[in-house]
Amino acid sequence: MTMATKSNTDIIRDGLWTNNPALVQVLGLCPLLAVTSTVVNALGLGLATLLVLMGSNLAVSLIRNFVSDSVRLPAFVMIIASFVTCAELLMQAFTYELYQILGIFIPLIVTNCAILGRADAFASKNPPLPALLDGLMMGLGFFVVLILLGALRELTGQGTLFADMHLLLGPRAADWTLEPLANYPGVLFMVLPPGAFVGLGLLIALKNGIDNRMQSRRRSQAPQSASAGSKRVRVTGQVS
Amino acid sequence: MTLRQHSSPHTRGARSTSRVMLWVMLATLPGLVAQTLFFGWGNLVNVLWCMAIAVAAEAAILGLRRKPLGFFLKDNTAAVTGLLLGLSLPQLTPWWVSATAVIAAIVIAKQLYGGLGANPFNPAMVGYALVLVSFPVAMTTNWAQPGLLWDSAPGLGDTLHSIFSGRQTAVDGFTMATPLDEYKHQISRLTAAEVLAHPTFGSGFAKGWEWVNAGFLAGGALLLGLRIITWHIPVSLLAGLIVMSLAFGADSDLYTPLTLHLLAGGTMLGAFFIATDPVTAATSHQGKLIYGAGVGILVYIIRTWGNYPDAVAFGVLLMNFAVPFIDHYTPPRTYGHHKARRGLPGKTTG
Repeated sequence: MTMATKSNTDIIRDGLWTNNPALVQVLGLCPLLAVTSTVVNALGLGLATLLVLMGSNLAVSLIRNFVSDSVRLPAFVMIIASFVTCAELLMQAFTYELYQILGIFIPLIVTNCAILGRADAFASKNPPLPALLDGLMMGLGFFVVLILLGALRELTGQGTLFADMHLLLGPRAADWTLEPLANYPGVLFMVLPPGAFVGLGLLIALKNGIDNRMQSRRRSQAPQSASAGSKRVRVTGQVS
Repeated sequence: MTLRQHSSPHTRGARSTSRVMLWVMLATLPGLVAQTLFFGWGNLVNVLWCMAIAVAAEAAILGLRRKPLGFFLKDNTAAVTGLLLGLSLPQLTPWWVSATAVIAAIVIAKQLYGGLGANPFNPAMVGYALVLVSFPVAMTTNWAQPGLLWDSAPGLGDTLHSIFSGRQTAVDGFTMATPLDEYKHQISRLTAAEVLAHPTFGSGFAKGWEWVNAGFLAGGALLLGLRIITWHIPVSLLAGLIVMSLAFGADSDLYTPLTLHLLAGGTMLGAFFIATDPVTAATSHQGKLIYGAGVGILVYIIRTWGNYPDAVAFGVLLMNFAVPFIDHYTPPRTYGHHKARRGLPGKTTG
């Protein structure tokens, strides 16, 4: 093991927040921007990506000691492509309409750099369980951003929320559609890709704003705790 | 004695941004008066509404950014953005469409990029393009029918009602497709003479529109005379449009004729007031020529082969993208350095 193993809490925090694939690494933008026009599309793509990411992380971690460095990337891509094919066939079987709506973006999960990135940066250097957890957390981080962006764009673009959820969740979800504003005119800009760029930009700004605020709060609390009888000697820089 | 170091620019114009913007506002008056005379009160109401929203949005964002309100509001640039949007939106645009355009312009296109001087895209045109893409129906069906203010144009009450009530039923009899829109869609099945029989064209080139464009041309001439703008962008823009029209659209039975391109749309407003925005246009004179010609060519291309009847907003925005590239290849001559000795020595220009 060349790399110091990360603790599970670090893996969870990295995937969901500190190193979020969509908000920090800004990877996988193609599907993120293209299909998040509604919550149900985002949900479908998010679940598919999550499954592929977990499967590929696990498989890559299992073969990490048997594949040489020079051929590792083709091997990873083959693994990812197999899982994407599985996800595609599953969607075709169980949610055919959604599969048709998402179209090319399901096969395109293969090219999602977040997945290959995790395979190379984490799974190929860590044992299966942490790799699986990393896949789950990175996938969830991506998933949450997809859903948030989908909700934001569906609400501002069409004025609805959770429309057409029955495509994924079966007939009982058919009447989940919320329409907060009656006679909402619809803003086509938010439905089209430029709206996704603006929405993602706002989400990233929100995340950075929260980070900045938390940092400044931590900084303002730091001297108080030091004066309350701390025995640590501060040598240089900031004590984290 | 202190030796103070000043950072560049070392030579400055005598005019403040605030005064320049006031002159720009004054220069739009002939066009605005023509719009009001030929299309009713709609543009005037739009202008006032957009300016109010623009200043309010600017103040709100400046407050959030903890910037000094008075200093930044005094430069009048937010008001000019609102003014330009009010002049370019359809006369009977519902209030929420214009408000969306103005808020997008000020908040997203201007302040999120860092405020005046830091925005890569022309704020007014970002707002315009956003609502044009978002609300195609509201942006194409609310052009007032040309009619003299004291004659057939909707009165002030009707105008206010249709803009602010949200119900568009009152204006059905007052609206009409714009000349560029009408010509573009009818010429595929009719001859030029048949298309021009439509009342939107009137007896001249395009009823009302010709005077609006003449008004903006006059205002532009005032800005040129005051040296607030240079001739490069308007001239190259119009030249680009004219060359394209002569090269590809000389047959008026197939394509919109040149007179309509120049006088029936937003051409003059775009050429003199919008494309000349000093923040988002190219910097050097050579660069300005390229930038203006690019806008003119794009306006013709989008008007003729694109989906939208008018294209000043898209032309300007697309060339805004190209400005860093243009600036990179056309750096202005550094003061004190000669490019080449040509003509009489000692004569400095620009």
